[in-house]
Amino acid sequence: MNKLESKQVNFYYGSSHALKDINLAIEANTVTALIGPSGCGKSTYLRLFNRMNDLISDTRLTGEVIIDGVNIYKKGINVDNLRKMTGMVFQKPNPFPKSIFENVAYGLRVNGITDKKFIEERVETTIKQVVLWDEVKDKLKKSAFELSGGQQQRLCIARAMAIQPSVILMDEPTSALDPISTSKVEELIHELKTKYTIVIVTHNMQQAARVSDHTAFFYLGELVEYGVTKQIFTNPNVERTQNYITGRFG
Amino acid sequence: MAIDENKITRSKKRNQSIAFCVFAVIGFLIVAILVTVLSFIVIKGIGVINWDFITKMPEDGMTKGGIYPAIIGTLCLVGGSMIFAFPIGVMAAICMNEYVKDGILKKIIKQMTNNLSGVPSIVFGLFGMALFVNKLGFGDSILAGSLTLGLLALPVVIRTTEEALKAVDDTFRHASLGLGATTWQTTRNVVLPIAFPNIITGLILSVGRVSGETAPILFTVAAYFLPKLPTSIFDQAMALPYHLYVLSTSGTNIEESRPIAYGTALVLIIIVLLTNILANILRKYFSKKVKMN
Repeated sequence: MNKLESKQVNFYYGSSHALKDINLAIEANTVTALIGPSGCGKSTYLRLFNRMNDLISDTRLTGEVIIDGVNIYKKGINVDNLRKMTGMVFQKPNPFPKSIFENVAYGLRVNGITDKKFIEERVETTIKQVVLWDEVKDKLKKSAFELSGGQQQRLCIARAMAIQPSVILMDEPTSALDPISTSKVEELIHELKTKYTIVIVTHNMQQAARVSDHTAFFYLGELVEYGVTKQIFTNPNVERTQNYITGRFG
Repeated sequence: MAIDENKITRSKKRNQSIAFCVFAVIGFLIVAILVTVLSFIVIKGIGVINWDFITKMPEDGMTKGGIYPAIIGTLCLVGGSMIFAFPIGVMAAICMNEYVKDGILKKIIKQMTNNLSGVPSIVFGLFGMALFVNKLGFGDSILAGSLTLGLLALPVVIRTTEEALKAVDDTFRHASLGLGATTWQTTRNVVLPIAFPNIITGLILSVGRVSGETAPILFTVAAYFLPKLPTSIFDQAMALPYHLYVLSTSGTNIEESRPIAYGTALVLIIIVLLTNILANILRKYFSKKVKMN
């Protein structure tokens, strides 16, 4: 069954038509890259899946956005609960002004978990999952701001994973990182795939080619082409995709 | 046509030096004015300031003695007004910035707040007298004066708190909401701690503003001469700005009480200066603390 799906999705910021008739189905435990030039709607599309666009006033949506077979925009959906199913990682590392431990524990605490032992165990396993444990195990009580940018971003990924969502949404997660930190995050994406469905917005073609199983190319609010990454990058069906990937525009 | 590189360089340099001169003169003027005013008051006032001056009651028709009750009165009023203005102002700002969505309602409230901060303080004084002193029957009292001053401080508190909240990057909110936190959990655990140093600064600066106001306390609390300390919030009290006004315009012997007037002005300025320094120290302290927790 498809994990994520959108049917005839149109999205408007005021009068500007940001997403046009997007039909897309994403399988569970895959990595899907959303690529396209700035302003093409790929971040807007990503943010549909945890209803982050709700926070922007004067927006409108038609069509269906579906997670696990449920239309998440239908009446009666509890948005707070919905957002627990998805973890989000942002462009710039943005740890909370709390200790390293509390950053990862935050999601558990706001969802009403108080069992100290449970929280400690979950924090430890999650930090281990993002391969940060050895670097921070002696300074869990220290401020998250003391970490390097790359470490902060992995901490933010841990923060998103601690509540064990089934989907992780990443909005250009490495655009503010140096090459070494970037490759660490990419390795991590590779490993996380076994447990999570990952959607990643990226401006970096090589990154899309390296980390993703499927690639969707957006242009001016339209989904131009969607397919297996290898095929998109070696033998795209649409000329515009080819032109974008080879750097002729974008 | 060839471009005369030298000419361009010369004209750029000239413009640069003109601009620099103008800014330097303006900057110097501002500092000069401040220094003149301050040193005038310090020179005139420093002579009368001693331990007795700040701990004794006024004597001999306010031409001798100290200004103790006025200092205590001002502290009471500032404290009282803040007890009233801080929570309401901060909560209003949180409501405006974190809860109410952009729209006509928000615009109207914003405009109202801005207008409120433009209302002359004497109008607040009259309003305070009408509502707190007469209608609610508090009489001339610290309570009535504090509430009036609190009203005056409210728009400042709301504005500075709102600015502080706006300065918090939205991705922090999104990260928290994305984990299933409610708006309140997000505000309390993430937004407020980050904004706290700036909120505190704004609050203390509004204290500085309130402590120097005369008009709002004129009809609501200030006593012309009251050589004893207030014992309850329903007592009248003396206050530094009003005491200064009395000494300079309608004292028993204006010439003789002149030095005391300058001394009072100096004490008032020192109090305002100290609150500003305190604001800075607290901001730095909490900025550090925010990063640590």
